[in-house]
Amino acid sequence: MKKKGNFDLPFNEMMASDDDVRAPYSKYFDWYREQDRARLVMKSRDAEAIFRKTGITFAVYGKEEAAERLIPFDIVPRIISGKEWRRLAQGIEQRVAALNAFLDDIYHKQEIIRAGRIPRQLIEQNVAFLPEMIGMRPPGGVYTHIIGTDIVRTGEDQFYVLEDNARTPSGVSYMLENRETMMQMFPELFHRIKVRPVENYPMLLRQSLEACAPPGCEGKPRVAVLTPGIYNSAYYEHAFLADQMGAELVEGSDLRVVDGRVAMRTTQGYKPIDVLYRRVDDDFLDPLTFRPDSALGVAGIMDVYRAGNITIANAPGTGISDDKAIYSYMPEIVEFYTGRKPLLQNVPTWRCSEPESLQYVLDNLADLVVKEVHGSGGYGMLVGPTASKKDRASFAAKLKARPGNYIAQPTLSLSTVPILVKKGVAPRHVDLRPFVLVSPGRIQIIPGGLTRVALKAGSLVVNSSQGGGTKDTWVLED
Amino acid sequence: MMLGRTANGLFWMFRYIERAENTARLIDAGVRMSLTASNGSDDEWVSVLKSAGAEDAYRQHHETVTGPDAIDFLLRDTANPSSVMSVIDSARNNARMVRTALTREAWESTNECWIEMKHRLSRRVRDTDLPGVLDMIKQRTGLIRGAFHGTMLRNEIFNFSRIGTFIERADNTARILDVKYYLLLPAVTYVGSSLDNVQWVSILRSVSAHRSYGWVYESDLNPVNIADFLILNGRMPRSLAYCHEKISNNLGYLAAEYSERHPAHDTALEILESFRNRDIRAIIDAGLHQFLEDFITRNARLGNEIAQAYRFY
Repeated sequence: MKKKGNFDLPFNEMMASDDDVRAPYSKYFDWYREQDRARLVMKSRDAEAIFRKTGITFAVYGKEEAAERLIPFDIVPRIISGKEWRRLAQGIEQRVAALNAFLDDIYHKQEIIRAGRIPRQLIEQNVAFLPEMIGMRPPGGVYTHIIGTDIVRTGEDQFYVLEDNARTPSGVSYMLENRETMMQMFPELFHRIKVRPVENYPMLLRQSLEACAPPGCEGKPRVAVLTPGIYNSAYYEHAFLADQMGAELVEGSDLRVVDGRVAMRTTQGYKPIDVLYRRVDDDFLDPLTFRPDSALGVAGIMDVYRAGNITIANAPGTGISDDKAIYSYMPEIVEFYTGRKPLLQNVPTWRCSEPESLQYVLDNLADLVVKEVHGSGGYGMLVGPTASKKDRASFAAKLKARPGNYIAQPTLSLSTVPILVKKGVAPRHVDLRPFVLVSPGRIQIIPGGLTRVALKAGSLVVNSSQGGGTKDTWVLED
Repeated sequence: MMLGRTANGLFWMFRYIERAENTARLIDAGVRMSLTASNGSDDEWVSVLKSAGAEDAYRQHHETVTGPDAIDFLLRDTANPSSVMSVIDSARNNARMVRTALTREAWESTNECWIEMKHRLSRRVRDTDLPGVLDMIKQRTGLIRGAFHGTMLRNEIFNFSRIGTFIERADNTARILDVKYYLLLPAVTYVGSSLDNVQWVSILRSVSAHRSYGWVYESDLNPVNIADFLILNGRMPRSLAYCHEKISNNLGYLAAEYSERHPAHDTALEILESFRNRDIRAIIDAGLHQFLEDFITRNARLGNEIAQAYRFY
């Protein structure tokens, strides 16, 4: 565990001490000091109005009243130096390459299992492992076309990967809208400080998806985004990306298999699609193969996929690579496929399926974060240090009942970045989700990403479904 | 090329926006009537509910027809799928669904309309606030139209939106006329009675035509001219003839763009022909009520044929 002193003072990314600004923030800080506070508060309200007007909302499940909410946006940017970024990007690239190699191996020769690096049952008894994908190689050999790697920082040079979101990572629309909003509100800042652009993401995404077109595609690939529909929490993003890419936004009811191709119902009849950027989960993709009650997918799409007539992005079955139980093996996975030590660290993780680890976790519940192996969005997790005794006790019971369902990690002292508060600025914990595009032989990482910020003082939960906010993320041109 | 579902979404988005505006106008006319009429103002609200096609739904929730209840039902009752709040909600949901077919301006004006309605219609509207709320509805829907006309490409997206607008508008004008058709029959007119004048102004007001009528007909209000104006006048933007001229044009553009004609095109032409070279007196003599009922049926049938032709479902 970390020393207590270290725990009490999280790494402040902007200020080294009360009057010492860290280098990446120095120009911003100069600008900030010239600003009139009232104007900043007004700008902050303007930002909210812009988001509301644009309809950048998300749905919170299980809350009828607040069916549509804004994710709070904080106007103080999170700034990363070019040097810091290059280091991060190398680490992410290595990790993403390893994830794709891992997926290809797991669904083919399974050498990593045979080499004894990963227990067989961890893969084959995992609900995220799709037997339907065994022996199936996606077009271009790409499994994870889009990845959002969650990264946290605890010190000057200490970065950890918290999660590899390799299924259908969301949040990229916030990265783009946050930048757009900042440029609208503070054009002068972008004159003073050279920030690497993120605006070309939709174009890069489109090119990247087109580069993964299936063998059966003739001519320019036709790309579509598959959404569960307007009531999905991330619908705004689905529509936004389709719009920005110039792709069709389709729902399951628009699609069917016609003459061995996946086709969409247009005003002039059915037209084939080549690349489907799907934002529905594996389970719902094909009622003939997976959940028979799914109305969100396309009956028979898996057959078309196997026949090489459609690209599904991300490929079905990629969940096996970002599963939280697999996560703890990532250092081995990276080393196994890249032949090098991981450049980015994993957070130490206890697998509760192992009796000794379970005992340790139960004994140290007050210091640990316990997560469900298949959970996401901050649901179903216990943050030991802030949980009540009662919560911990009831969580301990759940742990004992199904230990294999949980992993535990130390409570990391996440770095902080200031946010605008009533009395000026105050530090809040942040994480970072850079977005990665994978196409044959190419991994592109968009400089920046989505910074999520816990708005409550001291809180470590940054998830938007739990009241977290977002910030624009700047990677400096240096 | 566009998705059938998108064509459907655009068609309905613009039908709903049109309906919101029409309902506001109907309420406006109803309020004026109830302020003017010495008695029987509740009858007026019955005809407003009828014109809005909401009478049956209203009676399921209310025993008697009163002004305040009718207004609330038409403005904001979610039990009424055609209340202004309900249709703006539906319009926005459709806009969300077809977001990729809209310009930023067209989408944002729709979203902002919805945001303001949510706010202003969150509770029962007080009498003193009603004129302001009705103005707001007309302004907000006008802003959507303005953003749409100012920024949208004139392509299939535009065509489906326009067709939705005019199918809805024609239906609305026909209903208003049908509810009050007896007032326009020469046999029952009490020429010169002030009540009739009020009724006639009310008809014109419910289609925002009380001023323009005077520009076209250099005479006092008379029922034949009013019927002529709202049915046959090709320059009156809410007349049946005008609406169907636009529908036919837009269907024509689609036929050209897709190089494909459908039964809907024939139906549209047939309806348009029923207005061409017709004299309003001949229509009245042959039975105005019958004419309007027929029209409403054929107009609805055309909507269904368009949905089928362009694979809305």
